[in-house]
Amino acid sequence: MNRRGEIEMPERPERGRRLRPARGRERVGGVRPGGLRSRLAGGRRVGGGGQAGRERPFLLGCAALVILLTASIIVFISAKGLATFVVNRVSPVEFLFSAQWAPDRPAAEGGPRVGGLPYILGSVAVSVLAVAVATPLSISGAVFAVEVAPRWGQRALQPALEMLAGIPSVVYGWLGLTILVPFVRDHIGGLGFSLLAGFLVLAVMILPTIFTVSADSLRALPVDLKEAAYALGSTRWQTIRRVLLPAARTGIIAGVVLGLARAFGEALAVQMVIGNTRKIPGSLLDPVTTLTSAITMDMPYTVMGSLWNNVLWSMALLLLLISCGFIVAIKLMARRGVKL
Amino acid sequence: MNACTADRIATALFWLAAIVLIALLGGLLGYILYHGGRHISWHFLTSPPETIHAGGGIGPQLFNSFYLLVLSMAVTVPIGLLAAVYLAEYARPGPLTEAIRFSIETLSSLPSIVVGLFGLLAFVVLTGWGYSLMAGALALTVINLPLIVRISEEAVRNVPTDLREGSLALGASQWQTVWRVVVPCAFPGILTGVIIAAGRVFGEAAALLYTAGMSSPRLHFGLWNPAHPSSPLNPFRPAETLAVHIWKVNAEGLIPDLRQVGDGAAAVLILVVLAFNLGARWLGRRFHRRLTAA
Repeated sequence: MNRRGEIEMPERPERGRRLRPARGRERVGGVRPGGLRSRLAGGRRVGGGGQAGRERPFLLGCAALVILLTASIIVFISAKGLATFVVNRVSPVEFLFSAQWAPDRPAAEGGPRVGGLPYILGSVAVSVLAVAVATPLSISGAVFAVEVAPRWGQRALQPALEMLAGIPSVVYGWLGLTILVPFVRDHIGGLGFSLLAGFLVLAVMILPTIFTVSADSLRALPVDLKEAAYALGSTRWQTIRRVLLPAARTGIIAGVVLGLARAFGEALAVQMVIGNTRKIPGSLLDPVTTLTSAITMDMPYTVMGSLWNNVLWSMALLLLLISCGFIVAIKLMARRGVKL
Repeated sequence: MNACTADRIATALFWLAAIVLIALLGGLLGYILYHGGRHISWHFLTSPPETIHAGGGIGPQLFNSFYLLVLSMAVTVPIGLLAAVYLAEYARPGPLTEAIRFSIETLSSLPSIVVGLFGLLAFVVLTGWGYSLMAGALALTVINLPLIVRISEEAVRNVPTDLREGSLALGASQWQTVWRVVVPCAFPGILTGVIIAAGRVFGEAAALLYTAGMSSPRLHFGLWNPAHPSSPLNPFRPAETLAVHIWKVNAEGLIPDLRQVGDGAAAVLILVVLAFNLGARWLGRRFHRRLTAA
């Protein structure tokens, strides 16, 4: 299920052998033999000798490019993001835990303050709430697609979620703005631009992520587990609850963490509906702000190298570190197997 | 509660969840297409946007989106395919392969705004190109590359081993086997995946705000010399894409027909993504039938 940008299931074993048995899915099996033979024999003389393996370093170079890219992203963002702490001498504690925000206050009035707490809490609040809403729905969907009605799952649910994953994030933002914000304003209260609108939009956006990873890990379970449970007289619900979900929990948790990561890093859709007001979230109807939202809004209006600008880069660095942290967490979980 | 009753209730709830999910998609698509569809016209699709008056279109934005997609794919697909071939056919387990895989996972979960900021530093400022299509295309490549590598690797791994063994037994070298047997067999899978990835990239906005920019110069369609500054083909001009346009008109809020333009542009975006998705499905099925049933 790697088509849609979701992370590969971590427990997939490494296959490094050159000739390996064909995998279960025979999607491109049985190519017309005539075509193949003519391609091999009719073409240039094969097996010229003396040049075997010369392509290897080149291919390796292409593959190693991703390492280079990742490394340079980390280096570039860190170099800019650490300037706040190294050049402007802001203490990381202030950035992480203070709620005072006055990045352009002159020294006469007490100097600038760059407490990022409202942004950080805003990001945490929207993404955690989004995951809390999306998780039950998408895991139920995954169980439905794998265990309850595989035919319907394959025909209707799977394509539906693929489409949901394909809807661009600005469109989600636009929909939130034209449906959700007026609805909240008219029927629930407040301005409409709110934490509530933000996490609901995000919840829809991360449904496919959690669904896909959970469905994959349920599908990867050995049939024996299910058969043994049924043979012992369990109902389908008992089998699902006591056997299948616990057995697939590493994968399911990985899916939830990935959903959380996606929600945390989403920028435009959230920015459009959340109101962008810098305050510690108090109620679901309060307009709040997030890290990504601050970067999106303030980056063009600040001068490169100024403290305000540097703080925005520090926020980007924080996002980067958190995203790497999620990946490492998933890796560690997969290696050890989670115990709950 | 009786186990059978519990089972029935659970089954009903699972059905409910599935119906909610499908209804959600149906509702969203229906809403966009109904509201946006009314504003799509030939004029809307081809004319340039207005800055403060009503009646603007999305012509240049639509062109930019496609052009950016092509530029980005031209960079990503060859590199991604070769990297995938390496991972599927050549890599041996070890720290290097591990590092490559870890990098791919890290890259693919990076927030796109962070990729955009990296693009701003590396492709806009450092290269001196300024906001440009090229910078945008390279930023998209960062997002796209892990996707393409994974898709292609999956497709290459799905090629049956017999074919490789047959080719090797005929005396072909490993590269000949890969290039003439494995990759052609994996081609349908790769193509389908690339189209789906294209749908993804087409709607990307956050990574483009600070790389391809939020403005588009007056374009003269008909001026096809890529070196000319107002030629649509010039890769070093700033270019606002359709997705960025939706965000920008809304953030600026200057045009009076904001709602119509937003709805129309969202509908166009969705239609293109939908076309990519359905196209990939259709191609996949067609190839599958041709290769298996003959």
